[in-house]
Amino acid sequence: MPSATRRRTPAPSVPVEQTTLANGLRVVLAPDRAAPTVAVCVLYDVGFRSEPEGRTGFAHLFEHLMFEGSWSLPKLRHAELVQGNGGVFNGQTRADATVYFEQLPASALELGLFLEADRMRAVRLDEETLANQIAVVQEEIRVNVLNRPYGGFPWITLPPVLFDTYNNAHNGYGSFVDLEAATVDDAADFFTRYYTPSNAVLCLAGGFDPDAALPLVERHFGSIPGRRAPKRPSFAEPIPTSERRQKMTDPLAPLPALALGYRVPDPLGDLDAYLAAVVSTEVLTDGDASRLHQRLVKNDRCATHVGGYVGTFGDPFDVRDPTMLQLVAYHPPDVATDTVLTGLDDEVDQTVADLGADELRRVVTSMQAGLLRELDDAVSRGLMLAVLEQLRGDPGLAARLPGLLAEVTPAGVSEALATWVRPDSRAVLEVVPGGQA
Amino acid sequence: MAGRPALAPAGVAPAIPTVGGQRRLKLPSVATRVLDNGLTVMAVRQKRVPLVQLRLMVPTGRLRASPRDQARQRVLGATLLSGTSSRTALDLARRLQELGGDLSGGADAEDLSLSGSALAAHLPDLLALAAEVLADATFPKAEVAVERHRVRQELALQASQPNVQARMAVARRVFGAHPYGAGLPDPEVVGRVTSAQLSRYLQDRVGPSGAVLVMVGDIRAEQALDQAEAVLGGWRTAAPPQDLPAPAPPVSGPVTLVDRPGAVQTNIRLAGPALARSHPGYPALAVANIVFGGYFSSRLTHNLREDKGYTYSPHTTVEHHVAASIFTITADVATGVTAPALVEIAHELGRMATLPVMAEELAAAKRYLTGTLALAIQTQSGLASYLVMLASFGLGIDYLRDLPDAVAKVTVDDVLEAAADWLAPSRLVTVMVGDASQVEASIRRLSDVEVVPLA
Repeated sequence: MPSATRRRTPAPSVPVEQTTLANGLRVVLAPDRAAPTVAVCVLYDVGFRSEPEGRTGFAHLFEHLMFEGSWSLPKLRHAELVQGNGGVFNGQTRADATVYFEQLPASALELGLFLEADRMRAVRLDEETLANQIAVVQEEIRVNVLNRPYGGFPWITLPPVLFDTYNNAHNGYGSFVDLEAATVDDAADFFTRYYTPSNAVLCLAGGFDPDAALPLVERHFGSIPGRRAPKRPSFAEPIPTSERRQKMTDPLAPLPALALGYRVPDPLGDLDAYLAAVVSTEVLTDGDASRLHQRLVKNDRCATHVGGYVGTFGDPFDVRDPTMLQLVAYHPPDVATDTVLTGLDDEVDQTVADLGADELRRVVTSMQAGLLRELDDAVSRGLMLAVLEQLRGDPGLAARLPGLLAEVTPAGVSEALATWVRPDSRAVLEVVPGGQA
Repeated sequence: MAGRPALAPAGVAPAIPTVGGQRRLKLPSVATRVLDNGLTVMAVRQKRVPLVQLRLMVPTGRLRASPRDQARQRVLGATLLSGTSSRTALDLARRLQELGGDLSGGADAEDLSLSGSALAAHLPDLLALAAEVLADATFPKAEVAVERHRVRQELALQASQPNVQARMAVARRVFGAHPYGAGLPDPEVVGRVTSAQLSRYLQDRVGPSGAVLVMVGDIRAEQALDQAEAVLGGWRTAAPPQDLPAPAPPVSGPVTLVDRPGAVQTNIRLAGPALARSHPGYPALAVANIVFGGYFSSRLTHNLREDKGYTYSPHTTVEHHVAASIFTITADVATGVTAPALVEIAHELGRMATLPVMAEELAAAKRYLTGTLALAIQTQSGLASYLVMLASFGLGIDYLRDLPDAVAKVTVDDVLEAAADWLAPSRLVTVMVGDASQVEASIRRLSDVEVVPLA
C-alpha cells in the first residue's frame, strides 16, 4: 500500500450533563450551543419484549396512541404544534424501549418540553381513536410485511427460530387478532404501568444553554406525579445446544435468502466480550473488504449480497441480553443453502486462524467513523445518549466508545468468533422464493 | 375534548408555550473555486465531528438515451471502484476502511455521482482515491462479470417491490418515451455490458466540465480547495454534456391498473408535471403541496389516515429532475377500500383546486417549509448533499435564503392559483398497482380503467 496512515483514535466531543428530577425522571443535557436547532428525545423503558401474551404488537400500537391526544391537547394538535413551528417528529418501538423525538428550531425548545411533558402527564384515549390507530397499524404491517417480498425478514422471522420464550420470540408488530383485541383499558393500564417519569429518560441535544434549559425542564416535567417504575423481569433463556433450522416460503420473493442468528455475550454484563462480538461482526460484513463479501460474493460467487449486525434493528447498543448477531445472505436459485453455509463457516474458521492486526485496525477505524457520523445528527445523538443512560446510566460512553473499540485485539475477535459464531448453536432461516418449497 | 385521560388527576400542566418569530437562516460560508478545467469546487467548514463528507456530480446527459446507455450506467455505478492500474477492488476497499471512509458511485441519464466520507484528517487521501478512480478505473473483466450478475439479481429484487412497480408505472405514464420514463434497466441488456464499454463511457462522457465537487466537514475550506485542485486540476476533459430535452406533457386517459394478483393493498399514485425550483411560481406550489399532503398535518393525512384509517403513510412530493419536475400523491391502501380512497383523494384535490386554504393552514405550511430547510443542512452529510443537489440545478447556497423569503410572501390566492394549475384532478394521471380481480369493478364506477400486467 502506498502511504502509511496515521493511527489516532478520533475523539468526538460530546459534553453531557446529567440530573434526576424528584419524580425519578432522568435528564441528559448535551448542548451544542452554536446549533440553530434542538432535539428533544424521550425514551420509555418498555419495548415489545415487555408486552403481555395475547397482546402482541401492543407496545407499538401504544406508541401510535401517544401522538393522538394528551392531557392538554386533542388529537392532531401535537403534530400541528411541532410542524407548524418548523419542526419534525417521530417515534420508534424497539425490543427494549420506545422512543419519541422532536427536532425544532432552538427557539421552540420550551414547546418541545411542553409536548413531551404533556403526554408523559397523561395520554388521552377513546374507542374511536383506538379503532382508527388499529386500522392504521394494520396498514403499516401490510406495507412493510404482508404486501412485499422479504417483509419482516429477518427481524420478525428469525427470533422465533433462535429463541423459545414468548418475550424473545414473538412478533413485535403483532398479529391482527391481538391488535383487534386491544382495549382502551389495556392502554390505560399500559400507560400507568410503564409511562412513569421514573421509567423514562429525557435527553436534549443541540442548540440550548443548559443553565436556561434546566429550569424549563423542571417547570414542565417536575410537576408530573411520580409513580414507582415497574420491576423488569429477566428475559434470560438458555443458549441452543444444537443448530436450529427452519424454512419459510415467501410467495412474493424472487430469490432465496438466508438469515443466521447467533447468541452473543450480555451487552450490559460483559461489555468487553460484547464489543469483541460486535467488532467480529464487522470483520465479517463491513463493506467490500469484509471477509464474507470477499469469500462468498467475490471468490465463491455463491451469494450476491451478505450483511450483518448485532441487535434487533442494527444498533448493538440499544438492546439488553439476550440478543443476537445476525447474518443475512441473498443467493442465486441454483446455489444450495448448504453451499453458502459451508463457505461461511469455513471463512469464520479462517478468520479465527489468521485475523491480523492491520485488518482489525482498518475495520475498527471504519466503525469509529460510523459512530462519528451518528453523533453528527442531533436526533441520533440524543437518542444514543438517552439509551446509554437507560441501559447503563452512562451517556458519557458515547465519547469513549471509539477508544474502547480500538482496545479490541485480534485474539479477542478470534475468541468471540470461536465461542459465539458456531454452527452448533445457531438459528438458520431459509427463505424459499415463490412457493417452491 | 374527545378522549379521556389515562390517568387522573395528573397535576396542572403549564400553558402551551408560545414560540417567537422564525429567525432568518444563518447561511454557512461556502468557499468556491472554479478550476481551469471547468470543475467547480466548494468547501464548507462544519466541525461538529472530525469527519469530512465528499460529493461529486458530473453531468453526462445526452439528447438521446438508449436502453444500452441505461444498462451501462447501472453497471458503471457498481464497478467504478472495482480497480485501477495500481489497485485491485480489494485494495480500494481496504484503503477506504483505513481512511474511516466510504465511497460509492452511481450513474443515470443525467449524471455520474461519487459520494462518500472519511475522517477529516484523511481528506487528501480520499480526494486522491476519488481522482485515481475517475482518471484510471480499469473495470477488470472478472469484476465486471461478478457485478453484472449482482446487478441483475438486484434488479429482480427491486422489480418485485410494489412501490418500485408503482414508481415505474408512474414514470411511464408521466414521462412516456423520455429517459425519465425508462424504468429499471433491462436485465438482458445489463448482461451484455462489457469492460471496454464502461472504460469508453468513463473516458468519453465523464469529465470536469460542468462538474461540481463539494466537501463539508471539520476542514479548513481554503486548504481543502487547494487539496482538491492538486489532485483534480489535471483531470482531463471529456465531451461536454448535453441538456436533456424536456419531456412532452402526459396524455390524460383512463386509470392505469397494474395487476398484481393476491395483493393485500393497492398502491395508489396520482401524478402530473410540476414547476421547477427556480420558477417564480414554485414557492406557492411548494406551499400548496405541504398543505395538501406534504406533511403529517396535511389534509390528505388527516382524511385518509387519521379519519378513515385507510392507509399508514399517505404523502405527496414535488420531485425535480434537471429537465422536468413531477408532483406525486402516494397512498398504499387496503385492497377493500381502494375506490373509497380514490373518492377521498379526488375530493381533497378538488377542494385545493377550487377553494382558498385557511390562513392558519398557510402559516403552518410556510413555517414547516422554512424550518425543515434549516434541519436539512444541520449535518455534514445533509449540507453536502443539499449543496451538490442545488448545484446540479444551477443554484447556490443563497437559495436557502431566497426560498424562505419567497415563501413568506406567498398568499392564499397564490396557493389557490398554484393548486388550480398543478393539483387539479383534471391535470393528473392515476396509476395503481393492485389485485385487479378485487378492485377493478369498483374503480370502474369512478373512471375508465386500463388493466396492464406487471412489467
